[in-house]
Amino acid sequence: MKSMFDNSAATQGAIAAAEAFAQSLAARFGERLTRCVAERGETTIEVAPQAWLEVMTALRDEADFRFEQLTDLCGVDYLSWGEAEWDTTDVSAEGFSRGVEGEGPGRFSWAGRPRDVAIPHRFAVVAHLLSISHNRRVRVRAFCDDDELPSLPTLTGLWSGANWFEREAFDLFGIVFEGHPDLRRILTDYGFVGHPFRKDFPLIGNVEVRYDPEKQRVVYEPVTSVEPRVLVPRVVRDDSRFEQASAERKLGGGR
Amino acid sequence: MAEIRSYTMNFGPQHPAAHGVLRLVLEMDGETVVRADPHIGLLHRATEKLAESKPFNHSIGYMDRLDYVSMMCNEHAYVRAIENLMGVDVPDRALWIRTMFDEITRILNHLMWIGTAALDLGAMAVFLYAFREREELMDCYEAVSGTRMHATYYRPGGVYRDLPGHMPKYQESKWRKGKDLARFNAAREGSLLDFIDAFTQTFPQRVDEYEELLTSNRIWKQRTVDIGVVSPEQALDWGMSGPMLRASGVEWDLRKKQPYAKYAEVDFDIPVGVSGDCYDRYLVRVEEMRQSNRIIRQCVEWLRANPGPVITRNFKVAPPTRTEMKESMEALIHHFKLFTEGYSVPAGESYAAVEAPKGEFACYLISDGANKPFRLKCRAPSFAHLSSMDEIVRGHMLADVVAMISTYDVVFGEVDR
Repeated sequence: MKSMFDNSAATQGAIAAAEAFAQSLAARFGERLTRCVAERGETTIEVAPQAWLEVMTALRDEADFRFEQLTDLCGVDYLSWGEAEWDTTDVSAEGFSRGVEGEGPGRFSWAGRPRDVAIPHRFAVVAHLLSISHNRRVRVRAFCDDDELPSLPTLTGLWSGANWFEREAFDLFGIVFEGHPDLRRILTDYGFVGHPFRKDFPLIGNVEVRYDPEKQRVVYEPVTSVEPRVLVPRVVRDDSRFEQASAERKLGGGR
Repeated sequence: MAEIRSYTMNFGPQHPAAHGVLRLVLEMDGETVVRADPHIGLLHRATEKLAESKPFNHSIGYMDRLDYVSMMCNEHAYVRAIENLMGVDVPDRALWIRTMFDEITRILNHLMWIGTAALDLGAMAVFLYAFREREELMDCYEAVSGTRMHATYYRPGGVYRDLPGHMPKYQESKWRKGKDLARFNAAREGSLLDFIDAFTQTFPQRVDEYEELLTSNRIWKQRTVDIGVVSPEQALDWGMSGPMLRASGVEWDLRKKQPYAKYAEVDFDIPVGVSGDCYDRYLVRVEEMRQSNRIIRQCVEWLRANPGPVITRNFKVAPPTRTEMKESMEALIHHFKLFTEGYSVPAGESYAAVEAPKGEFACYLISDGANKPFRLKCRAPSFAHLSSMDEIVRGHMLADVVAMISTYDVVFGEVDR
């Protein structure tokens, strides 16, 4: 049996191609990229919000890149990155309740976020581009400068398809796309308050809806019918279990 | 003569041609569409947010419920994203099974599409024919997973179990007995592979039957030819994929261009349209059904000849067998950890795309090293397609909007997520 980190010949080729492409991106954009990596055959670049439009335009128009399609664009909220609900290093008398009542994602504030990770800002926008002519993909990320009012320039001028993807990111994360022709909510209800995919938006929601027979209309009230709960606590295990297992198998000649 | 002003009209969400819950606000000038504003989200279930609160494996079942007529293809994108991040090896047999079921799913989807599209445009019979075959393929889903639609069959590292050696049979009833019963059960005497093999023998003739009803049908052509033309530039600009992109003449199919599972080893052709109208989209999908049939036959042949494991032996990701669990302490621990805590996926991000029947379905998975996804984004083809509605239907007649919606092949499970 092959170990977990062996890659077949086909993927080795993809990994080499992604690395070469990352280098060509770094050579073209230089300082404008805050990060440029190729992992598992996927190329990721990060740009400052000020360079967002410029880099995207170059990626679409220049002959070396020619990314004709914006396949996907989404918002990401990095609040609570790397935070676990079940801290196995601390032993306390609280027992199991640590897991189910802990400060999980969606239940702590931006101020209380873990500080030891290299995430500069809370909100990011990630776009996936596809080049039909070169058969290549690239992922472009930009962190929004302002955590209170995150914003980025719109891509609707470059790809019409960005329209709904940006509306979705605005609806779910509250990221404002400057210059967007029609920045309305798209997935949530008419008159919805808040941005539900933010990590500090509770999973059970803020309001629930029911029909009030006395008022003879539908009313919105604070949620009382369900309680927030955690069935399986979130744990972060970066203990090299997988490398270990594959190394053991290599030594032992496979099981 | 009375003056006719433009007015606004609600198309759906309670309209049979709105394919579920599309609310399309149309600004009309007489019978001509001036502006179309699709309102979506009536089926929004926050799948991506729910996935953030559950171990990785718990969300496989949610994927079925996104595009609920191409269930296993959605699962495929999700499990591939996890496999990419963990670097799990998948046994060959599992990859062949996935290839086969992806194609069965494609036929299921296109049958559903051809039936409902014809129904929208006034042809009743095609629906009945299409659902006859859908029933047989649903039985394949049932045989392998226990459910007819929401299979939860693909798992990171393989598929849940091997193909069964027998097919469920019709029971005797007041309406089905004697010779009738024997006829219904004739193809079900052998294994699942025998059943699928028998299906692929007859399916091309059945596609001929649908074509007989539609391809040169005068009414069908009047309703679809030169309606809703999407140029190749528009298709790329709006992020279209799958049959929508190919009908516009762009030769692009992830199964050929960025092969996954076993698509690099099977022989099939990619149909490409010329004019990008509703009729071309119809022709492309019909031909895709024939090609899927070809792929399935090759998969059946391989699967018959090559028994083997269908899920990885890496017990951090997939459970050990029941018998092992009863005898080995280590296997018991693996089992316990897997079903209580799940597995932690190394920190990183991956975008795994598959050629779903409707286009490029992809899962963008960000992990921070925990046993739950940090962020999951499902890239749904219908979402991108539907966003182009305003530009494409502008200037068309109201009845053409129906033809457009149905040949877009939108399913609201994945548009709204």
